[in-house]
Amino acid sequence: MDALFDIPIIGLVVQFAVYLFDQFPIVAPIIAAAAVPIVLGALCGFMNERSGVVNIGIEGMMLLAAFTAWWTASLSAQLIPTGPGPLGITPALLIGLACGIGAACLASLLHAWLSISVRADQIISGTIINIFAFGITGYLNLLISQQAPPAAGQFSKFLLPGSITQLPVVGFLVKSFVSVGPIAMTMLIGVIVLQVLLFRSRWGLRTRAVGEHPRAAETVGIDVVRLRYRNVILGGVFAGLAGAYLTIEFGNAFQSGMTNGRGFIALAALIFGRWTPIGAFGAAFLFAASVGLERSIRIAPPTGSLGELLTAVPGQFYGALPYLITIVVLAGVVGRSIPPKAVGLPYEREKTGG
Amino acid sequence: MTPELHSPALLEMRGITKRYPGVVANDGISLQIRAGEIHALLGENGAGKTTLMNVLYGLAAPDEGEILMEGQTIKIASPHDAIERGISMVHQHFMLVPVLSVADNILLGDEPMKNLVFVDRSVASARIRELGASFGWEIDPDRPVGQLSVGWQQRVEILKAIYRNAKVLVLDEPTAVLTPQETKEIFGVLRRLKAEGYAIIFISHKLYEVLEIADTITVIRRGKVVGSRQPAATNEDDLAELMVGREVELTVDRGESHPAGSMLEVEGIFVNDDRGREVVHDVTFEVRAGEIFGIAGVAGNGQDELVGAVTGLRRAHRGTIRLGGDDVTRADPRRLHKMGVGFVPGDRQRFGLVLSFPLSDNLVLNDYYHPPYARGLVRDDDAILRGAEAAIARYDVRTPSATVPSQTLSGGNQQKLIVAREFEGDVRLLVLDQPTRGLDVGSIEFIHRQAIARRDTGVAILLVSAELDEVLELSDRIGVMYRGRIVEILDGRSASREEVGLLMATGGRSSGIQQQIVETGS
Amino acid sequence: MTAQTRVLAAWQRGRAVALVPALSIAVALLIGAMIMILSSPLVSGEFNPTLPVTAYQAMLSGAFGSFDGVVRTLVNATPLVLAGLAVGIGFKAGLFNIGAQGQFLIGALTAAAAGLALNEASPFVAIPLALLAGMLGGLLWGFVPGALKAYTGAHEVVVTIMLNYVALAVLSWAISGPLRGQNVTFARTDDLVAASLPIFLGRDGHIGLLIAAVSVPLASWLLYRSTIGFEIRTTGANPDAARYAGMHPRNLIIFTMSLCGLLAGLAGASQLLGEVGYMTASFSTTVGFDAIAVALLGRAHPVGILFGALLFGAMQAGSGNMQILAGLPVQMVGVLQATILLVLTAEVVIRRIFRVQASGPELVELASVSASYGGKGTG
Repeated sequence: MDALFDIPIIGLVVQFAVYLFDQFPIVAPIIAAAAVPIVLGALCGFMNERSGVVNIGIEGMMLLAAFTAWWTASLSAQLIPTGPGPLGITPALLIGLACGIGAACLASLLHAWLSISVRADQIISGTIINIFAFGITGYLNLLISQQAPPAAGQFSKFLLPGSITQLPVVGFLVKSFVSVGPIAMTMLIGVIVLQVLLFRSRWGLRTRAVGEHPRAAETVGIDVVRLRYRNVILGGVFAGLAGAYLTIEFGNAFQSGMTNGRGFIALAALIFGRWTPIGAFGAAFLFAASVGLERSIRIAPPTGSLGELLTAVPGQFYGALPYLITIVVLAGVVGRSIPPKAVGLPYEREKTGG
Repeated sequence: MTPELHSPALLEMRGITKRYPGVVANDGISLQIRAGEIHALLGENGAGKTTLMNVLYGLAAPDEGEILMEGQTIKIASPHDAIERGISMVHQHFMLVPVLSVADNILLGDEPMKNLVFVDRSVASARIRELGASFGWEIDPDRPVGQLSVGWQQRVEILKAIYRNAKVLVLDEPTAVLTPQETKEIFGVLRRLKAEGYAIIFISHKLYEVLEIADTITVIRRGKVVGSRQPAATNEDDLAELMVGREVELTVDRGESHPAGSMLEVEGIFVNDDRGREVVHDVTFEVRAGEIFGIAGVAGNGQDELVGAVTGLRRAHRGTIRLGGDDVTRADPRRLHKMGVGFVPGDRQRFGLVLSFPLSDNLVLNDYYHPPYARGLVRDDDAILRGAEAAIARYDVRTPSATVPSQTLSGGNQQKLIVAREFEGDVRLLVLDQPTRGLDVGSIEFIHRQAIARRDTGVAILLVSAELDEVLELSDRIGVMYRGRIVEILDGRSASREEVGLLMATGGRSSGIQQQIVETGS
Repeated sequence: MTAQTRVLAAWQRGRAVALVPALSIAVALLIGAMIMILSSPLVSGEFNPTLPVTAYQAMLSGAFGSFDGVVRTLVNATPLVLAGLAVGIGFKAGLFNIGAQGQFLIGALTAAAAGLALNEASPFVAIPLALLAGMLGGLLWGFVPGALKAYTGAHEVVVTIMLNYVALAVLSWAISGPLRGQNVTFARTDDLVAASLPIFLGRDGHIGLLIAAVSVPLASWLLYRSTIGFEIRTTGANPDAARYAGMHPRNLIIFTMSLCGLLAGLAGASQLLGEVGYMTASFSTTVGFDAIAVALLGRAHPVGILFGALLFGAMQAGSGNMQILAGLPVQMVGVLQATILLVLTAEVVIRRIFRVQASGPELVELASVSASYGGKGTG
């Protein structure tokens, strides 16, 4: 084995593989936890962009939802103090979740109105949502923190018997994907359902048509405006889940600007995943893995020449990796990612002409 | 089978008026269509035919007027309503989603369902195959539409319209993209559908087509119905006068040409399209000074890429292009312009104009960087404006001033603006790509006359047009393009429509009309 | 044209252009007032309908009520003018430079690195070199998305968003690593001495202010009087026509993005050398995003951007006073800025409410920004 490790370059690769194999079961739950909001955010982008609406406001929608979910949950917890049920569910948390989703849907409604009805530039619309969300949540958070409301707690994980999670090889996978909280479960279901619906259902067919050639869709009797509105607002549900995940499932507190670019990584995952739910899911896990790798190198640095190399790489590099990968993918270096054709184009029903 | 002319109308449009800012597109139009009738709507580009059909199809809301079906007033607020009432439409531009399969395109909007959620494609595919076979078409329902040739896309459009069990079928300029042979085939289909009892509205600006296929011809001019005719009781001259509102010469007299030496020599060039596939193979021809060389062909047979190579917008990766003896294979548009190449692009709004810029800036689009329009890096706005005013007067561009944005002009005046820019100066070669597409008869005449005048001053002209009639009318010699090759070069004065059409459809190698599906990759 | 008619024509044109933004600002301030009233129970425990009056008064007096306040407004406007131009000139070329933020950060970082290296040198050497370093850093951060857009069609919006985060990572690495100061308690550099910009006006009016002031007419000249500006605007309005007209859209896109990066980098350098004096990992985090709002408010015209920057600069200058006198967190300014942008974007609605005709030159180049997201690259 040691002889294998000493071969130049190949040795490093082998060491790296061994290191990953050792560490992966430990960091897998961390990766899965980091991936959940990214996947959910990407599903929001998916709903928008597949029907022809660019959404760079995912970040803002998530932030709004994170704040609203946390704040309303904490207010309701003061009104209806009850002990947690299964999965940590309390009425207060459910109210918070609903309000968080509601806030993201409201932001989506605004985005839909600006993009579809006003026919404003969709990127500007997304920018507005980001700036507004950052401002208003920061503003209200500061006002609230003067009274420091107690946290409402958080959803807890579905616990599996240790005999399953300690199974060799598959145990950690089961633990990462099944032993999770309710929002993370919703994410898994969402990915599978949307992937199937996209290619096999009427909704999927119509959404693809509207995202590629809205006029053609209109001429066969599909109401482009209504379909886009519906999809954009439904997209808000996923952004809402993503935000709520941060403040009432993964953690139980809100900090100003806490989404910290996750909404943009979600956008990147959507692009890297070629605008499909499964693809975005894979991309999000890859991106989250770079976070996990950084963590694992910091906590349990590998030994030998690999260890020297990896610890010499600044930790920030792993944080920036998803962004760099996205740029490389966009530039078409590793196969081109082609967006829906009509994305970004405002649709005008009645055009002047002949 | 002749329609029962006194039978009650299946569909009636009464007093339809549609106003857009600045124009009345439809002005009190009334129309009656019977079952088992092909009713032609004849009019110039911009006369209001498409608007009227958009009103019928729910794509435009009329300001006045009503629509009746079988005597009952109906309300059509969206295409959905129209489809519900049994109205189907084949639009002027393809309404197909390229990434979706033939079957998905056809059943979109009226999907057969397995259950509440999932689409049942197997039943639909069988029905589509069957329907296609009944017209003698072999349809592969699973093939992405983007991979089909233009002719086959048009067939899919027709299947899509029929698939919906329509009673009224509207076809807006369905032959514009087809060869004469394909047109004949489509006419056969229309006659059969007529016999089956469809009411068919056929829109065209081509007189001979209308005379051939229609039972009734309604002529529209500037948004109004100006007359109705039976084909038996009219002729092309009569219809043309009705359509344009004055006596027109349908063809410009091209006169004798006196070609001199070779100006443009294209020798064995190969050109790729945007996706990197080779679509022009080993093309060779020359255009002499003082002649018009026309290129005929069905759209999408490599003409765009050939024009791109000649005008410097694309690179030929093999072969040479010479202008007056100089190698210009690798010349960029600016160098070609300096060497005396003028170019009227096929998509004038995309390549020819900056719509938001004033006319004056558009007129110096090629020459903004040198005197008298600029000194060093600084623009001379006064000189630009003076030059613009002179050009506008010379080419009769109708505009309130030289400083209004060019998007405020009509299509004809926009094209005149481009002609004013490109025909001026020491031009040696003019490349005219679809120079009259979508224009009214007056503008077409103007541009044809200008082209012939420039030819007579010794300019070499390369004319590319999907409008076969235009090529036949103007060209001294005609090259026919088929699948990226020039398959034949004919004399412009002796070539017949049928001869050129057959070459366009088959490349001259097979005698059948049935065109193969052209592979265009993915 | 006589001088008088020229002035008159300019006034009418100016009024036509400024009317809708002015109305939008007014409507946005009203919406902001409603948000303040609604949140007033969190401020003082009870509804306070006069809170907006107190707040706006405090803001106004903070921004314009004293000489120092006015200088503060100007100083705040300085990076916004430069970064606003970095976004606005991009718009003119049909590019949406969301990356002004990253370019700003990198510009500040490279200026800091140069300034630290030249800490012992004469200010006459250190200042120009540090500013130059800032411009070059920003230029690089603009060149990359420009070149990627021109040659691979990668949309600049996504690339610049990604580069903003890469810039943050670079910054965090540099400040905690190679540039970390000697005797500091948190991640920051040593103080910049030689390269810090001299103050010439009031308490903190540094010479970056002059740089911003000069950049406005320069940008105007470039865009509207020079042939390069014509090429940039043509590329923005119709890249296909530009290519056919013998211009080189690819080069122009790279040039414009690099120029935008340079301006944003200069904004960062000026902010760092003129105001902060040392670099931290949490260095001014919103200038690049505020710049987008400024550019849109100014309709991408340099003069409009100047006004937009002054407005935002004043709001920021007055926000401290607002917090003290009205008890509203300074984040309210961000809310107001987003609201202004929102109302401006929905200008159709504003025009309908106030029955105003179309408001002069539209930002037509913007039409191609989102449209090109669908992957229709240039060339």
